[in-house]
Amino acid sequence: MNDPNRVPLDVSDLGFSTSSVQAGEARQKPESAITDPIFCASTYTFTDTASVIRYIEENEEREEYGRYGNPGEKIAEKKLAALEGGEDAVLYSSGMAAIVGLLMAKLNAGDEVIFFDECYHRSREFCSKHLARFGVVTRQVKACDYDAMEKAINKNTKMLVSESPTNPHLSVVDLEKFAAIGKKHGVETLIDATLATPYNVRPLEYGVDYVLHSATKYLAGHNDLLAGVIIGSKAQLESVRKLRGIMGGINSPHNIYLLLRGLKTFSLRMERHNQNGQAIAEFLESHPKVEKVYYPGLPSHKYFDIAKQTMRGFGGLITFLVKDADWRKTADVIDAVKIPRIAPSLGGVESLIEQPLVMSYYQLAPEERAKFGIYDNMIRMACGIEDAEDLIADLKQALDSI
Amino acid sequence: MQFRTKAIHVGNARDPQTGAVVPPIHVASTYVQPGAGEWGEFDYSRSGNPTRKNLETTLAALEAGTGALAYASGMAAIHGAMMLLESGDHVVAGSDIYGGAYRLLHKICNRSGVTTTLAPSSDLGALEAAITPQTKMLWIESPGNPQMSISDIAACAEIAKRHHLLLGVDSTFATPVLTRPLELGADIVMHSATKYLGGHSDVLGGALVVNDKSLYDRLYFVQNATGAVLGPFESFLVSRGLKTLELRVREQCRTAQKIAEFLDADPRVSRVLYPGLPNHPGHEIAARQMDGGFGAMLSFEVNGDFAATKKVAESTRLFQLAVSLGAVESLIEQPASMSHASYDRDARLAHGIRDELIRLSIGLEAFEDLRDDLDQALGA
Repeated sequence: MNDPNRVPLDVSDLGFSTSSVQAGEARQKPESAITDPIFCASTYTFTDTASVIRYIEENEEREEYGRYGNPGEKIAEKKLAALEGGEDAVLYSSGMAAIVGLLMAKLNAGDEVIFFDECYHRSREFCSKHLARFGVVTRQVKACDYDAMEKAINKNTKMLVSESPTNPHLSVVDLEKFAAIGKKHGVETLIDATLATPYNVRPLEYGVDYVLHSATKYLAGHNDLLAGVIIGSKAQLESVRKLRGIMGGINSPHNIYLLLRGLKTFSLRMERHNQNGQAIAEFLESHPKVEKVYYPGLPSHKYFDIAKQTMRGFGGLITFLVKDADWRKTADVIDAVKIPRIAPSLGGVESLIEQPLVMSYYQLAPEERAKFGIYDNMIRMACGIEDAEDLIADLKQALDSI
Repeated sequence: MQFRTKAIHVGNARDPQTGAVVPPIHVASTYVQPGAGEWGEFDYSRSGNPTRKNLETTLAALEAGTGALAYASGMAAIHGAMMLLESGDHVVAGSDIYGGAYRLLHKICNRSGVTTTLAPSSDLGALEAAITPQTKMLWIESPGNPQMSISDIAACAEIAKRHHLLLGVDSTFATPVLTRPLELGADIVMHSATKYLGGHSDVLGGALVVNDKSLYDRLYFVQNATGAVLGPFESFLVSRGLKTLELRVREQCRTAQKIAEFLDADPRVSRVLYPGLPNHPGHEIAARQMDGGFGAMLSFEVNGDFAATKKVAESTRLFQLAVSLGAVESLIEQPASMSHASYDRDARLAHGIRDELIRLSIGLEAFEDLRDDLDQALGA
């Protein structure tokens, strides 16, 4: 293991694109191949009984059984940890498996968790409906209301959770303030930074304990795999990794290979997503048929100042309201676009578009939807990496058609 | 629709059955037919495969062609083109064509009575002089390897038209991002898809793209009859690579330009061969023929002997010592000891491949990191 060619390159003082390509990978790989092989094995052999005992007694670093990890997973985890500036990363089969894995490892009956209320509704649902069955209490406070969050903390509180930016309102959390509340009260903090990505902001640098990503989105980037990851310190993630081995939500070798391949162009793609997001948000804001645009890179955005201070770019997700439109007229805009496809999800090379009312909140009563800030005339667009000119021309013809 | 938008959308229609935003990978070897003697669009995967067809559709759009064929490797693609020829036919090929193409023409095609003459394709007079009444094809590469020689494709196409020849262009180094030979009058554009098109050092593949329907039909007949098709998984990976092709190539060109300028100003380097430098003999044509970048391949000569050059190539930390090119990882090699080691030294020198020549394939790493790496390797 002392051969410098067999250990990953130290990328701590290297550029972000260099890290995207090279971090976590040994310079000299099996068979001297330039890319790592896909290890599909479900189990790993020992040469003799003595080697099994050595593995158990000396806690030797090697593979044992596929549920506990595989070689590709270790590379992906090292690369993701390096990109996020964290010590360790635990990879999962989806973003939901990742947050569930973390919360199940950290919370016990009687513990409490506090959410900012704009977090992904499935995460909140897991806590309020399922963790509740095991005696965990979930509290929600208004997004970015730090006083309310602090007031909600009591002796049982174990975790503060937020997304930043949030979805679909793109509210940006003051990470320093958020982390400081946790530190002050001895409560761990988790930021779901899926929309930001480490290209734009690295929450651990602000003192946040854990960063969560749905790696399905920008990190993998091609709309062709599901993955999730938790990044933090080795000591804090030890119990999380152990529980994953028991619960079994590990990602598959083929998926992990595609994730690693996607990460090679991560820096490049993000640069383009940021450019496209900014250009399209500015276009939308100037269009007479648009009532309001939610995008952290616009000076009109509620959280523009904090976003500008903390983020290098503002990503590809834009939410906007169509002026004087009911839900049907809004749907007409979506049905008129030719390039973005109508689908949930975001962060891939292909642009996607959706109407939150229809896609995610269709079953809810209008007053319930209003409580979440989901309006009938709301459209969410996830800009891909197509040419901004093409996307703008397409949105223009769609808006002009109603 | 602009290039990058095409790369993402053309050939990637949503799956009609499931709505999947990425088309499925069709691994079936055979397809159930509507009736005996009635044929559906796909019958047997050698004759056609939906995943391969998607890739071919995208490639045709990117090269401004009407039809594309995907092969198991770049060499299989070149072979497919050469199988258009018959015994007695003659090929005029650029003198700096890829060694594998040279070997195919001189050791395989010759067995079927196809003869080849090499001529420098950057010298139009010499190229035309090599044409005989038996000549049926001109085969050129631009930029050429490893000197990054530039051929004037439009002028070569005029020569080909005048003599009723097919013009084939190996455009692997240029990619359709920078040059689209069919728009310049070429008949066949060829790619080693292993390089920039796949782009991640993890697929072998090749492609031919044409504009003429009857030429496509002849090439398809050969491919179907000889069978060197690209597999479904590889087709998927190349399609996936194409979605970031323009981003990758443009970024790699920008970095290559800066690396070339850095090396050009370094006293430890005696010569840099990069079409983006005004001192390169092909600079003017390249500026006209290549759109917004000069490629991400460059060669340079070290002020030193064979051993000193070998030491430089072996001393980099980021550049990895390997042949091939066009991927996200930067690679370094010494042609005299690696890609062209099979030629004897005199033959190498005759082709301008000196012992002190080093070839770089610039990847996606940050310029500053690559520059620092070369700086320390040159000082090693």
